[in-house]
Amino acid sequence: MNLFELFSIFIGVALVNNFIFCQFLGLCPYIGVTERTSSAMGMGMAVIFVMTLSSIITWAIYEWVLVPYGITYLYIIAFILVIAAFVQLVEMFLQKSVPALYRALGIYLPLITTNCAVLGVATLNKQQLFGTPGSLIKCIVQGFGGGIGFTLAMLIMAGIRERLDFAEVPQSLRGIPIALITAGLTAIGFLGFAGLSF
Amino acid sequence: MYDVVVLSLAVLGLMGLCLGLILALFSRIFAVRIDPRIEAVAGALAGLNCGVCGYAGCNAMAEALVAGKAHARQCTPGGAAVVKKVSQILGKEELPAEPRVAVVRCRGGKDEAREKAKYRGVEDCVAIEVLEAGAKSCIYGCLGMGSCVSACPFGAIRMTPDRLPEIVEKKCTGCGKCVAICPRHVIALILRRQRVYCGCVSRDKGARVKQICTAGCTACGLCALPAITPSGRVVLKNNLPEFPPDWDDFATAAEKCPSNCFVIRGG
Repeated sequence: MNLFELFSIFIGVALVNNFIFCQFLGLCPYIGVTERTSSAMGMGMAVIFVMTLSSIITWAIYEWVLVPYGITYLYIIAFILVIAAFVQLVEMFLQKSVPALYRALGIYLPLITTNCAVLGVATLNKQQLFGTPGSLIKCIVQGFGGGIGFTLAMLIMAGIRERLDFAEVPQSLRGIPIALITAGLTAIGFLGFAGLSF
Repeated sequence: MYDVVVLSLAVLGLMGLCLGLILALFSRIFAVRIDPRIEAVAGALAGLNCGVCGYAGCNAMAEALVAGKAHARQCTPGGAAVVKKVSQILGKEELPAEPRVAVVRCRGGKDEAREKAKYRGVEDCVAIEVLEAGAKSCIYGCLGMGSCVSACPFGAIRMTPDRLPEIVEKKCTGCGKCVAICPRHVIALILRRQRVYCGCVSRDKGARVKQICTAGCTACGLCALPAITPSGRVVLKNNLPEFPPDWDDFATAAEKCPSNCFVIRGG
């Protein structure tokens, strides 16, 4: 495990296998929260935070609880359990200690508790990285990279949708339809990263 | 196989229990003491999260009310009922504001008003006003692009085919968001008990008005004459009729006005 490998993992999950455009995970906030760049940014920050820390926590649960007892097949349930509990803890902590941050991020945290992208990151980590040397660092990088890629996709979409508000869109396509078309076109654009490896 | 089931149940159950206990512990340690009155007040408010009060939603407004930073009458959708309930909860007497309604003081739609140019571009009144003050010849009249329609949180405004906004008085709560956004101040809030208003805000007069709009007030002064309005409560100011909200002998003036400017409200 060297820096290059970590970089490769990061680029892989942020661009080549972008969660939204290539793996189709986390599409709900992608369409729902991208009407304004400000809310997209807030959501993106929350997702980065949760994905990174969930990677660490799910790694710990897997290596220290599931593997020793030989019940690794229960990883999905276990991951959901800890992710949900963890997000609740973070929300409580933020509400008390950093109220300003809580008000900024607060409403998004419950939204992403069982967002499939967060579970997706944990599952991806399990499938690709657990059991390899230096898996914890790699998982952190993958979690962080996944969040970055997610935020990137959200910001692109939000920026375009804000512009679409002023464009001459045909009546039947206004709102969600044109957003979905935009998403499709952006996804095709991201195909350009396919095969990119180091 | 039996022990596999027991093992899975035991480990997961234990994990769930531990997490639950940790959460319970955290909720004690990190408990945020919320004044119980805030929840009561939030329940008494209109619950629409429309932001008319100036706060980010009903919860924020409830906090401000309990802290004494806001007045219950700022919740215009709630009206007098909410003011009363909030006063009861907080133990502070507050008088409700008089109910108001929005009116569109322009009847110069695309059939009545002349255009000085053909406009194709952003369909937004505020944007047009910045660009060459719009395509209408009348510099005071409604631009007809519907910024007010979008601004209304209650869906109380709709656009007529004549390119004029129409207020649905039943839904209007008098919040004033349309008034704030109209770049020409064509929409205004009047007291609900006012039965008539002048449907023109043009400060031009005479032939000039007639040239650019068939529905405009020419400041002819007929409505101000004692023969037409015996109570003498109409005066001409800035080439427009001005009268108090409880003006009641408007029937003759409304009938005789050459441009049919007076709009009698259906309420």
